[in-house]
Amino acid sequence: MEQTNFQLKKQDTQSQEWSKRLHHATRATREDWIGRGISYLCIGVIILVVASMLWFITSKGIATFTQNHVSLWKFLSGTDWSPSQGKIGALPMIVGSFAVTFAAAIVATPFAVGTAIFMTEISPNKGRKFLQPVIELLVGIPSVVYGFIGLAVVVPFMRHLVGGSGFGIISATFVLFVMVLPTITSMTVDSLRAVPRYYKEASLALGATRWQTVSKVILRSATPGILTAVIFGMARAFGEALAVQMVIGNAAVMPKNLISAASTLTSQLTTGIGDTIDGTLPNNALWSLALILLLMSLFFNALVRVIAKRGQLKHER
Amino acid sequence: MLKQYSFDKTAVQTFDAQTSLALKTEDLQVFYGTNHAMHDANLAFPKNQITALIGASGSGKSTYLRSLNRMNDTIATVTGKIWYHGVDINEPNVNIYEIRRHIGMVFQRPNPFAKSIRENITYALRANGVKNKAELSERIEKSLRGAALWDEVKDSLDKSALSLSGGQQQRLCIARSIAMAPDVLLLDEPCSALDPISTVKVEETLLELQKQYTIIIVTHNMQQAARISSQCAFFHLGHVMEYTPTGTMFSNPQIPVTQDYISGSFG
Repeated sequence: MEQTNFQLKKQDTQSQEWSKRLHHATRATREDWIGRGISYLCIGVIILVVASMLWFITSKGIATFTQNHVSLWKFLSGTDWSPSQGKIGALPMIVGSFAVTFAAAIVATPFAVGTAIFMTEISPNKGRKFLQPVIELLVGIPSVVYGFIGLAVVVPFMRHLVGGSGFGIISATFVLFVMVLPTITSMTVDSLRAVPRYYKEASLALGATRWQTVSKVILRSATPGILTAVIFGMARAFGEALAVQMVIGNAAVMPKNLISAASTLTSQLTTGIGDTIDGTLPNNALWSLALILLLMSLFFNALVRVIAKRGQLKHER
Repeated sequence: MLKQYSFDKTAVQTFDAQTSLALKTEDLQVFYGTNHAMHDANLAFPKNQITALIGASGSGKSTYLRSLNRMNDTIATVTGKIWYHGVDINEPNVNIYEIRRHIGMVFQRPNPFAKSIRENITYALRANGVKNKAELSERIEKSLRGAALWDEVKDSLDKSALSLSGGQQQRLCIARSIAMAPDVLLLDEPCSALDPISTVKVEETLLELQKQYTIIIVTHNMQQAARISSQCAFFHLGHVMEYTPTGTMFSNPQIPVTQDYISGSFG
């Protein structure tokens, strides 16, 4: 009896020792804590920055409607933009932004998809060796350089070709086309490369030609990826300020045609922000333009997510 | 350490003039860059029979099979002759799309397109200019019956092919191939991704199909080769070592390397 008690006691102390050893913090557990702490800190800072930006732009942007009592409908549908006289119709800029964005995307997409098909299906080696670096280079060129080239080359060319000043939606479209082309191309290349090889083999083994395989199997299964690429390109075009401002002419009037001076939300922001006083209607009106930009980029992001989800569903079903 | 076998001692059967052959290769060699993957394969495939190609991984049997309908064109150099209806189809000026229409292929991994069952079958037909709706639906039914899948999917032809089980997907791939009405069907380990029950179904399908088609099947599964094939070719390190009737191959292999492979005391 006593012996058993003794044994139990011995076991008890042993287990206590083990418990201590196994709960004891070591270098490994401390490293864990530190690593986790650093990542939480980083994510916290990012969340704080994003949240305060959203709050800042939103609160400033709605001041036009809450403090200056401009009606939202007038703001969105008015065509007269003279903030100093209290007239803030943003429709010309909204139309300008959408016009250059869609036009650039429509022109760029066929070129981008064609280039991507060449790079992945027709000549993968040359594509990887030469075209890939070229496209990466194009992505990296600062927008002011694009704008400058637009100003020095595209605007005079348009002036020559169609008359007028040469500033306008068509010049902006051309500059944006060159700017979004590499974005759309490189993302399309990624989505074409992600098409499983066995789809291609299955199609070829059935006697389908290379063109049939590319157009009916590869492009079709890469469609969600290509749409995502186009939307990213549109988001870039929509948000581009400097290059557009340099070639569009910056007249806050409803664009009547493609070759008359117009303006976009971004170009109006960059031109106008230095001339206004904080807290006044002209300043608040510019914040409202920024708010529209923010909402649009959120919308583009949401669209990309919806498409990605749909694509996934299609493959899993 | 792998046993060394002499590549000089081979036992490859030939066929007399009365046997009608679907396909025949002469000195077929395959190179992946500098890697000599297939040496002088001389094999003939009798019509309306199943021929199995067996051998270890890396023995060149899949490489050989893929060369037969020119699927190796872009990835390897294939020399030698492939005789099909008296034409050497390894010539560069042969229309590879026509070849693949006559010599169909089914892959190791079931690879239906992410389309409906119906579209999976009509894809190649449409690509070939078959537009008539009545003809299309007739050929869908015929090929699905041929692949023993009709009864399982006839009410859900518009469902995604990816919703089918692995065995059903593989039979759909077979149906897709035979919808083109080929002469020869090449199968590259068609059952390696399938469970035993699906395997049995595919095998039954193949036994039924050999009445109309010449079938060449690569398999790792020696029981499968024994169950379904009439001829059996044994590949080893890029060489065809033995090609005999399946019965002979499994009961009385002619050369040491085959004996060792069949009995499992290989390497």
